[in-house]
Amino acid sequence: MPDGATPFGRCGCARGPGGGIEGLLHGLVGAMEHAGGAESTAARRGLLQVLDPRAKLIGLGALILSVTLTHRLAVLAALFALAVGLALASRLAPGRMARQVWLGVALFSGALALPALVLVPGPAILHLPGLGWPVTAPGLTSAAFLLGRAETAASFAALLILTTPWSHVLKAMRAVGVPVGLVGLLGMTHRYIFLLLQTALQMFEARRARMLAPPGAAARRRLLVTGVGVLLTRSLALAGEVHLAMVARGYRGNVRLIDDFRLRPRDGLAAGVALLVPLAIVLGGR
Amino acid sequence: MHIPDGYLSPATCAVTYAAALPFWIVASRRVGAMMQTTAVPLIALVSAFCFVVMMFNVPLPGGTSGHAVGMGIAAIVLGPWPAIAAISIALLVQAVFFGDGGLTTFGANSLNMAVVGALVAYAVYRLIAGNAALTSRRRVVAGAMAGYVAINVAALCAGVEFGLQPALFHDAAGAPLYAPYPLSVAVPAMLLGHLTFAGLAEALITGGLIAWLQASEPELLRRTAGLAVPWRRMRRFWLGLGVLMVASPLGLLAAGTAWGEWGAGAFADAAARQAMATASGNMAPPVAAPAGLARLAGLWTAPMPDYAPAFLHSAAFGYILSAMVGGGLILVVFGLVAMLAARRAA
Repeated sequence: MPDGATPFGRCGCARGPGGGIEGLLHGLVGAMEHAGGAESTAARRGLLQVLDPRAKLIGLGALILSVTLTHRLAVLAALFALAVGLALASRLAPGRMARQVWLGVALFSGALALPALVLVPGPAILHLPGLGWPVTAPGLTSAAFLLGRAETAASFAALLILTTPWSHVLKAMRAVGVPVGLVGLLGMTHRYIFLLLQTALQMFEARRARMLAPPGAAARRRLLVTGVGVLLTRSLALAGEVHLAMVARGYRGNVRLIDDFRLRPRDGLAAGVALLVPLAIVLGGR
Repeated sequence: MHIPDGYLSPATCAVTYAAALPFWIVASRRVGAMMQTTAVPLIALVSAFCFVVMMFNVPLPGGTSGHAVGMGIAAIVLGPWPAIAAISIALLVQAVFFGDGGLTTFGANSLNMAVVGALVAYAVYRLIAGNAALTSRRRVVAGAMAGYVAINVAALCAGVEFGLQPALFHDAAGAPLYAPYPLSVAVPAMLLGHLTFAGLAEALITGGLIAWLQASEPELLRRTAGLAVPWRRMRRFWLGLGVLMVASPLGLLAAGTAWGEWGAGAFADAAARQAMATASGNMAPPVAAPAGLARLAGLWTAPMPDYAPAFLHSAAFGYILSAMVGGGLILVVFGLVAMLAARRAA
């Protein structure tokens, strides 16, 4: 199950072990740290950081599409090399990319791809030492495709988020035809995710401060359900307050965004070159 | 359950986007019409809530843990259409900003979790909860079952999407180009984890939340409580049902018998045998009716065989009468079940 096959840990956070409050708090803090880290790398001066967010969204989207389109491992390898090159040119340390993207995806997709080596039928190219299970040629190809695609696509997706302030990514979505209402909704959701994360963090920390000993499994389940219930009630109450505030400021059901991006020749060139990649893959017989 | 980029072929991604699109359109219209200006902040907050809930690991019996998706909670508290919108938004934020689930596979993830998950959760909850009181224990069971069934059906959809890949997309040597496992491996592998850990976590969170809401905020359960529906709101349904009944003789226009619905006598009839062979890719049917079919065929004689009651000479009117009798019987059975359920809950 590809849960957890995320560049930033499962559901955007580094989860702690088990279902304890410590693990949950660790996860909540991890999600917020991830957001802060992404904002700081987006502020650096690098190749991708200086490009227009719309050009980046279209270009990197085209490269992700290329990753799924190609039927050749050599093309996949070239695309991965391009992702590494772009990361270096954007002053993203390989260690950070490895920690945030490559390692997590390798562990998850690798675990999924490994059985394919012996489960996919075909001529055996070697036998696993000790077990004697045959590793088939189609199995090896298949595992390489799965891992290669997952790693490369996750790298391009991470490049977008690590080199672009999140508010700019949202506005750039207008360029690919995402309705303005949806963009506004995404922006609000993104904002309130962190508010609710902070609320959840404070709630569970306050609870932990009042515990004399670690609770048992049943008590932890009750604690979590109560936490979810409180969070839902607060979310709905907050929705009412936010609605009143929006109406007070003149909201009548239409979302409007200020679009202050300027497309320069280099942005157009970057997006154009990236768009040529999937086109070349399709025209070149994939 | 979040499918990353590269696991599904571009064609599968396109099909799943196309399948989810009508639901997104209807959800956006219904939510806008239902909530007017409150829709945007409400959906944003519930999407954020679903996102945060997905981070809560629930301790499960046996020392392990699992996390809920929140599809049951959203569908029960908000109703199916707002839930589709809220879960889709949460999935999009996860895909774009947190890399959880792919961008090309966003359509598939939304179809599995937001569309199928929310609709199944809502249907199961309404079916089991019936007209029970807001504070009835039956609603807790209904919530837990809704969460459990919804996450498993969503996992089944994901398993089918994975399992179709090797059969449809492979290179000349037979090596799968995307998810490598066939349906016989992908579906059980997906369901194993969801029938146990993930399903249990979803059931615990959804059922537990219903119990918590009953104790502290029961009004939040009223929106989808399924209490009596006014006659005027059902007018379109009855009109549609009537039109379909009157249109049922259109079935007479179809030539031949539906594939696989042949009677035991058809094997002895030359014209019917020819039709069976033509419909089966020119494969000749068995010389005689299979023994099991011949033995069981006479077990039950329908009062209105082939939708043509013996006492009627008009085939078209026979179809209409059959539609009315069949539809009426179904309504009566469901009415009795609902009545029994309501009496027990009272």
